[in-house]
Amino acid sequence: MSTNGMKKITIEPVTRVEGHGKVTILLDEQNQVKQARLHIVEFRGFERFVQGRPYWEVPVLVERLCGICPVSHHLAAAKAMDWIVGGENLTPTAEKMRRLMHYGQMFQSHALHFFHLCSPDLLFGFDADVAIRNVIGVAAKYPALAVQGVMMRKYGQELIKATAGKKIHGTGAIPGGINKNLSIAERDGFLKDLDQMVEWSRSALKIAKDYTVAHLDTLASFGSFESSHLSLVRADGAMDLYHGNLKAIDAEGNSIFDQVDYQNYLDYIREEVRPWSYMKFPFITSLGPEKGWYRVGPLARLNTCTFIDTPEAEAARKEFMALTDGKPNNITMAYHWARMIELLHSIEKIKALLHDADLQGTDLVTKGNRRDEAVGLIEAPRGTLFHHYRVNKNDQIVMANLIVSTTNNNEPMNRAVELVARQHLSGVKITEGLLNRVEVAIRAYDPCLSCATHALGKMPLEMEILDAEGNVLDRKAR
Amino acid sequence: MAKPKVATTSLAGCFGCHMSLLDIDDRILKLVELIDFDKSPINDIKKFTGRCAVGLIEGGCCNEENVRVLQDFRNHCAILISVGDCATMGGIPALRNNIPLQECYDEAYKNGPSVHNPSGQIPNDPELPLLLDKVFPCHEVVKIDYHLPGCPPPADTLWEALVALLTDKPVDLPYTLIKYD
Ligand code: SF4
Repeated sequence: MSTNGMKKITIEPVTRVEGHGKVTILLDEQNQVKQARLHIVEFRGFERFVQGRPYWEVPVLVERLCGICPVSHHLAAAKAMDWIVGGENLTPTAEKMRRLMHYGQMFQSHALHFFHLCSPDLLFGFDADVAIRNVIGVAAKYPALAVQGVMMRKYGQELIKATAGKKIHGTGAIPGGINKNLSIAERDGFLKDLDQMVEWSRSALKIAKDYTVAHLDTLASFGSFESSHLSLVRADGAMDLYHGNLKAIDAEGNSIFDQVDYQNYLDYIREEVRPWSYMKFPFITSLGPEKGWYRVGPLARLNTCTFIDTPEAEAARKEFMALTDGKPNNITMAYHWARMIELLHSIEKIKALLHDADLQGTDLVTKGNRRDEAVGLIEAPRGTLFHHYRVNKNDQIVMANLIVSTTNNNEPMNRAVELVARQHLSGVKITEGLLNRVEVAIRAYDPCLSCATHALGKMPLEMEILDAEGNVLDRKAR
Repeated sequence: MAKPKVATTSLAGCFGCHMSLLDIDDRILKLVELIDFDKSPINDIKKFTGRCAVGLIEGGCCNEENVRVLQDFRNHCAILISVGDCATMGGIPALRNNIPLQECYDEAYKNGPSVHNPSGQIPNDPELPLLLDKVFPCHEVVKIDYHLPGCPPPADTLWEALVALLTDKPVDLPYTLIKYD
């Protein structure tokens, strides 16, 4: 297949990212990389088929977008529905139960990504044999580390079960509050393993930091580029993963906007449709589709916040920012380090919450004046997640708009792939090294392509190079 | 004797069923003593390496690619299991079945309040697999040997069923492990 006389290479699918994806690399007549595209090949239609459903059903319906971070969708939808029922000022018990659920999710998701999905790249190198470069390979060679990963994920999942009722697709958050509190017995169960989790988080952070620092020469340029960054921050500028106002900065750290009430997100964000992907391309409206794209997720959050309100993560943040003299860090592979700082932050937050007696409170739900339109935002593990709904008099949804975390990173992921292809493609031969590196660059963003396309899964890897007439020059499949 | 192989895939699912499989936690280490994982999203194996004893299918079929993958699983696996409500009956994605596909596209790519689409194009590219007009449960596409209900099925359900199958015992799930939700 030719595109305007260019040659094309296809990598399908991208494995060990959570979702469907396919990469094509287009070459020009001189066999130089002209353009790279990450195609999102799944489409579900959630925006349309939730219409007509009652609003109170939405938090349990839309979480089925993604079984990897269902809590994020559950809570973003619930936050919007709080606003619909006029119950956005939650009781302390409700807010803290939800935060515990969210930090539990952050903890398990970051642990899953680091130990199950990326550690093979970091431990075995990008060129290691496919047969061992997976979590089972890690378990065989580094059993203690694999067990750590499994047990950390389990701890987070158990927190989700205790707050949401189920490990996957829970029901805990309801419009205006929560449907249970945390029993003393549940709390004590978590306190028992807490110190171990803190310890393991410290050591995971150390692995990520040491790896990044030791390989800085290669990593600094690997799929890296300057970009704007966007996240929620607290009113005082602190990192806040559950709630806050929108802040965007440019690659130098200058403010684009700050402390924006997210109910007004439509004044700031638009999404461009491109014909070759089901995933849209968000941008900051004032900067336009060409220049307005930005990054979200752990790296962006480290760059946008002015401090972290837990001591160990704050110390780690200072070290992280020192690497770039306090300026925003634009190194794609630094996502891993930033993610592990958030892992530590999450467990520090969990610790503080578990010692808070409000979790045993019994005042669970509030209500106020009913509204018919609402926006709910949250910092999901992979970045800022937007949910926006309109509801009619019969309590039915009439409009739903979702901008999921990974969608926000669409343009950055495409750029990362293009850069890596430029750096590592030579001639028209497909090498394992190229395949792996393209995947490593995408994986840094921890894309949940499930969310982004409202779908997920993985397929056989196939890469093709075609000439301008559509003849296959080289093909490689695993 | 070589260990039996198990392959897994996610079609039109949310990956929650795979996550539920990971929720067997440290029993995953026991599982890899019993079996070898073949083609699966959790490793980098992208093509079947041979015949598999068991194939676990998450999600129904919403596009031609899903159908192709499902047929490939049928051809390579002695036992095929529909895992979760999406594979078993279409699940939440099948909510689109009584809505014209065009309306779903229009909502996502034209009418949405944050959409910027001056040309009014709907994504359409040779790289994007063709969507089916409806989302189909797996047993309407190929023969399925077992169905495990749940959204997702609890980790214990997956564990008990797999171990029973792999050790040639009857699958005898207690009431508490069989749930639709
Ligand atoms: S059955 Fe539920 S958990 Fe499994 S893929 Fe479908 S929506 Fe996800």
